[in-house]
Amino acid sequence: MLRFLLKRLAVLIPTFIGVSVIAFSFIRMLPGDPVALLSGERVMSPERHAQISHQLGFDRPIVIQYLDYLWGILRGDFGTSIANKSSVLDQFFQLFPATLELSLCAILIAIILGIPAGIFAAIKRGSFFDQTIMGAALVGYSMPIFWWGLLLIILFSGILQWTPVSGRISLMFFFPSVTGFMLIDSLLSGQQGAFKSAASHLILPAIVLATIPLAVIARQTRSAMLEVLSEDYVRTARAKGLSPFRVVGIHALRNAMIPVITTIGLQVGVLMAGAILTETIFSWPGIGKWMVDSVFKRDYPVIQGGLLIIAGIIMLVNLAVDLLYGLINPRIRH
Amino acid sequence: MATQTVSAEPVSLDPSRRARLAEFWYYFSENRGAVIGLAVFLILVALAILAPVIAPHAPNAQYRDAVLLPPFWAEGGRAAYALGTDAVGRDMLSRLLYGARFSLFIGIVVTTLALTGGIVVGVIAGYVGGWIDTAIMRVMDIILAFPSLLLALVLVAVLGPGLTNAMIAIALVLQPHFVRLTRAAVMSEKNREYVVAARVAGAGPMRLMFRTILPNCMAPLIVQATLSFSNAILDAAALGFLGMGAQPPTPEWGTMLAEAREFILRAWWVVTFPGLAILITVLAINLMGDGLRDALDPKLKRS
Repeated sequence: MLRFLLKRLAVLIPTFIGVSVIAFSFIRMLPGDPVALLSGERVMSPERHAQISHQLGFDRPIVIQYLDYLWGILRGDFGTSIANKSSVLDQFFQLFPATLELSLCAILIAIILGIPAGIFAAIKRGSFFDQTIMGAALVGYSMPIFWWGLLLIILFSGILQWTPVSGRISLMFFFPSVTGFMLIDSLLSGQQGAFKSAASHLILPAIVLATIPLAVIARQTRSAMLEVLSEDYVRTARAKGLSPFRVVGIHALRNAMIPVITTIGLQVGVLMAGAILTETIFSWPGIGKWMVDSVFKRDYPVIQGGLLIIAGIIMLVNLAVDLLYGLINPRIRH
Repeated sequence: MATQTVSAEPVSLDPSRRARLAEFWYYFSENRGAVIGLAVFLILVALAILAPVIAPHAPNAQYRDAVLLPPFWAEGGRAAYALGTDAVGRDMLSRLLYGARFSLFIGIVVTTLALTGGIVVGVIAGYVGGWIDTAIMRVMDIILAFPSLLLALVLVAVLGPGLTNAMIAIALVLQPHFVRLTRAAVMSEKNREYVVAARVAGAGPMRLMFRTILPNCMAPLIVQATLSFSNAILDAAALGFLGMGAQPPTPEWGTMLAEAREFILRAWWVVTFPGLAILITVLAINLMGDGLRDALDPKLKRS
């Protein structure tokens, strides 16, 4: 297992260095003068330009600049926002719980609905139920989720008036942030109706963000189940007279879940891309909206830092999934 | 050697190619969804090509007397504007028809860019191997470490908003999948006997890579190409929706949705139809992709 871990790390570290090179060169690839872009000052005298250039370290060799940047990252310095002069990492930590809460709810919805749907579709292969589920999964997989979100807003916020349109909680509630998760914080606050408000704000964005992972997990579960159900040991289990529930639930499911777990892990990237659109539609104050806003505000240090942090998170989650995969499937380690 | 092959080709290859095509169609047509997807896709292509002929209005013509009209079957709708009009009095149906041109164009350009780039890089990585292979695959890992839409968004921020830059960004983001597939296929083929035979017969590396090996690696690439086609349409629409793709007044479906956002609670049709158009297009292509996979994947073939 240790060798497996080291092997994975040997691939991960160069990739992270590459990702940091991309983030580093991003500001230098932008059209225009990076010094002017970073200082946010449009007109400046040559002396001022030289001064800021020196402050930012742009007058040093590019390799030194990169090493300096890398050293800063290792110490947790991801740059400073032009818009409000606060640290990119601080902003990230402030906004990340909102995205994490949304993503966790979305992936839970996707797992709770997707795995049973895939299992039943596989057991009842070719049936009307199977065809409906797989048809729905293909529609979900093809869905432009930004449009799907707008449709849900029209139906549930516009026509039925069941849910609010945007934000995380109604403005009438105010309580200190303990966990950063609005659902938990609203419960802890003990204020009447706060939890309900938080949940009603969360439900639509969570459904929208869950759509593609749900479709992918249902399809993957079905095909993994189908593969396993035709294996000899499943036939043996059936022949032994075990109940269908035991055969499917214990013998088949355990092995079918191995590729499904990988698929779930791979959804992190999908969730992050989905968060960009979902958070924009629902004005959800998370890192997806943060990135889009920064692109519009041309807050380049935030884009640079956010890009690196998000890629770093995805790489770490993928590593965790790989290790988990190695634990439950010893064959992969060799 | 070369002349011999060329002269032999029309005689010996044609019947087998026709037989292969017939076999392909046999498996493809067994999948009802795939055939429906193909039919819808062909209709979309026809609509896109014929848009200037069949569209009742010019896509950017504004009719001041017909602002935010509902579709013809709803109260207040007019037959002249079958699917209603948008906030500045442009005919929705005409804009949607012209939008099909953009979406299909985006799909074709992005897939071609990603496919050719991915094949060339992937064949080199798989055939040459060694440190070149390692270097190429590390670069692909780096691209894949970012969520595709985020990387495309940032690339467009660097290059400047617009349809061309959006297409370049999306092609760059989709390309690693082709590299990985091509490389894997080439590596499994390159030591097969027919390749060795061609090498012994004196074929150079370029011929070995692109004429001998590549045609035998095409099946997974074709399936991936259809996936990329639908992904490209979705991502380009998403970038348009975020204001970073095609710019108004281009009748691109994602851009149309972005313009329609502020009217969602007042005029459902300006939001519903462009998204429905994206969904139908992407769904048709994905249905075709499923059928192609069944027909081309030898593992699933029952014969």
